[in-house]
Amino acid sequence: MGNAADQVKGWVDREYRWGFVSPVEADAVPKGLSEDVIRTISARKKEPEFLLERRLNAYRHWLTMIEPRWSTVCYSPIDFQDIVYYSAPKTSKDGPRSLEEVDPELLRTYERLGIPLKEREILAGVAVDAVFDSVSVATTYQRELAKVGILFCSFSEAVQKYPRLVERYLGTVVPYTDNFFASLNSAVFTDGSFCYIPPGVRCPVELSTYFRINAANTGQFERTLVIADAGSYVSYLEGCTAPRRDTNQLHAAVVELVALEDAEIRYATVQNWYPGDREGKGGIYNFVTKRGLCAGRNSRISWTQVETGSAITWKYPSVILKGDDSVGQFHGVALTNNFQQADTGTKMTHIGKNTRSTIVNKGISAGRGQNTYRGLVKVLGSADGSRNFTQCDSLLLGDRCGAHTFPYIEVRNRTAKVEHEASTSKIGEDQLFYCQQRGLSREDAVSMIVSGFCSEVIRNLPMEFAVEARKLLEISLEGSVG
Amino acid sequence: MLQIENLHAAIGDRPILRGVDLSVKAGEVHAIMGPNGSGKSTLANVIAGREQYRVTEGTVRYDGRDLLSMPPEERAKEGIFLAFQHPVEIPGVSNLYFLKASLNAVRKHRGLPELDVVEFRDQVRERVRLVEMDEELLLRSVNDGFSGGEKKRNEILQMAVLEPRLAILDETDSGLDIDALKIVAAGVNRLRGPERAIIVVTHYQRLLNHVVPDFVHVLSEGRIVRSGGRDLALELEERGYGWIQPAAEPYGGEARP
Repeated sequence: MGNAADQVKGWVDREYRWGFVSPVEADAVPKGLSEDVIRTISARKKEPEFLLERRLNAYRHWLTMIEPRWSTVCYSPIDFQDIVYYSAPKTSKDGPRSLEEVDPELLRTYERLGIPLKEREILAGVAVDAVFDSVSVATTYQRELAKVGILFCSFSEAVQKYPRLVERYLGTVVPYTDNFFASLNSAVFTDGSFCYIPPGVRCPVELSTYFRINAANTGQFERTLVIADAGSYVSYLEGCTAPRRDTNQLHAAVVELVALEDAEIRYATVQNWYPGDREGKGGIYNFVTKRGLCAGRNSRISWTQVETGSAITWKYPSVILKGDDSVGQFHGVALTNNFQQADTGTKMTHIGKNTRSTIVNKGISAGRGQNTYRGLVKVLGSADGSRNFTQCDSLLLGDRCGAHTFPYIEVRNRTAKVEHEASTSKIGEDQLFYCQQRGLSREDAVSMIVSGFCSEVIRNLPMEFAVEARKLLEISLEGSVG
Repeated sequence: MLQIENLHAAIGDRPILRGVDLSVKAGEVHAIMGPNGSGKSTLANVIAGREQYRVTEGTVRYDGRDLLSMPPEERAKEGIFLAFQHPVEIPGVSNLYFLKASLNAVRKHRGLPELDVVEFRDQVRERVRLVEMDEELLLRSVNDGFSGGEKKRNEILQMAVLEPRLAILDETDSGLDIDALKIVAAGVNRLRGPERAIIVVTHYQRLLNHVVPDFVHVLSEGRIVRSGGRDLALELEERGYGWIQPAAEPYGGEARP
């Protein structure tokens, strides 16, 4: 039977269950990127002038930038002219007005994905905005949310309906000059979700966005903007899948969160983009910029992410703690199997007084997976009495994978307190034997130990997402015993 | 129930067991005693199926089946339970959850329906009182941050819940104060019955004051060099292990009195 390393040698990537392609006719612009393509996208979406202007500025800036190479991930160069920047399912009208108008094939797709899109299922308490390739196809629960003044819709719809809010907040957290992929996104983003919670309102349901890449050679560049006005609260969930394809597909999203005084935003992601096959062929490049701004006093932003998919994951959901007494949190699980690579972590920037941040990261590497935690804790001179606690743990399964930790700490204030703890462990033969002696198979033992390893993060997810996350971890680990 | 014949086992290239013969019938309690390094724990772990211990010769039959060809979880589901000398910590996995997964794996194998949360809780609560364990420990991670005594009691709790047919206690008494020892002994005695067998591996005879064995075997340099009744344990207590020299010939089939 061999030791754990031998067992892990037998790791077989279980069938990716979300790898189907839906036969939906797509209305796409030709491959490639130019000012014309950007103008076409903007025109199709009937955007106001300021947005086209922004896009073009972003594009022109992007042309001056070079692709970053500082991370540990490696991949062959991306041909940005070989990507389709806009692909929308064809519909007879401009866009679906209600669920009844949505292409039934699309609804079937979401059904297969297990997304509760239909009204009756929505009563269960999750409002979903579903993004299919480049456009948002259905936003559920909208009317009910509108009653309490919550605006939740696709980004395109927000541009039409609430242009002033969009203009006021878009790019205030992630400017179009921020980084290579954020600039690209700012130039070509096609859709995404928009959410505004008015002052003092506690959002009664979990808001949710579901992203799906369907068309081939398409990049998904979604843009999400969540604004929690003074004293409000919202919990936001995001899930992602893509069909199985041999070529790599680029996903370069930008998510911006703004929390005003006393507001709280909880943002959770379960990312399960297609990871490529066992030999590392295909899969999604998940290069995402996510950042939250605790703009007001006593505001809170919390990121929770479970990353099991993508060939390459490269993202650092961050918080800028500008308001005094604001709180930023990051809880992350990243699992890499086969040839997956992840370079992920967070940035906490303390500007306000008595700001606090917590970082808990759990990396699991299996197969030939490479897993890097990279985090920055930056305390500015103004941040008197600020505190950070960081804990990052790595778990190795087998002897061909890797775990790396790069914590960057910059402190410019003497009253700040910054703590960092890190550990690396392997699943021990002792643990496996103990579980087996109690009647559990090696496979069940591995998934139980991994689930225990991640429990601190998973506990942070809303119930229904926690169940899904556990299942995903289990599936990603299945076949670990030869 | 258990027949061990001419069992040789090694860790790496180092031979530990050099021809053990032992026969255990249902309803019996056997004590395996011996000085440190005599192979007591190795014997316990080989029966449970730990992979690092390589069997180089001999046979072990359990209910007539070839035990050595069964994977460890199979042996567990067939009713073999090892109370670990050093119980293992599993951070983040609640003790209760672990116990439930374990019990349901065993029940499923026996063709019994899985217990639901309520039934399970009731059953565990009752057993928890039996080992006088703090119920709060059920909600903590498996053995994580438990004291030595708590870990040992947790092993006995698992045993009480799983109700094995063959229980092997690997130095469960080591490091326990007299009160904890009595509780552990009560847990073991409660399990005694005509259908079950118990093997107590111990360095000292004090546990045997509370769990009275039917047979005592002395292991030395990987062989059973002497077998007897309870009196043998008392004699060992009085005279130490020094007077027992490894026999020139293994006792073989005569190990049973």
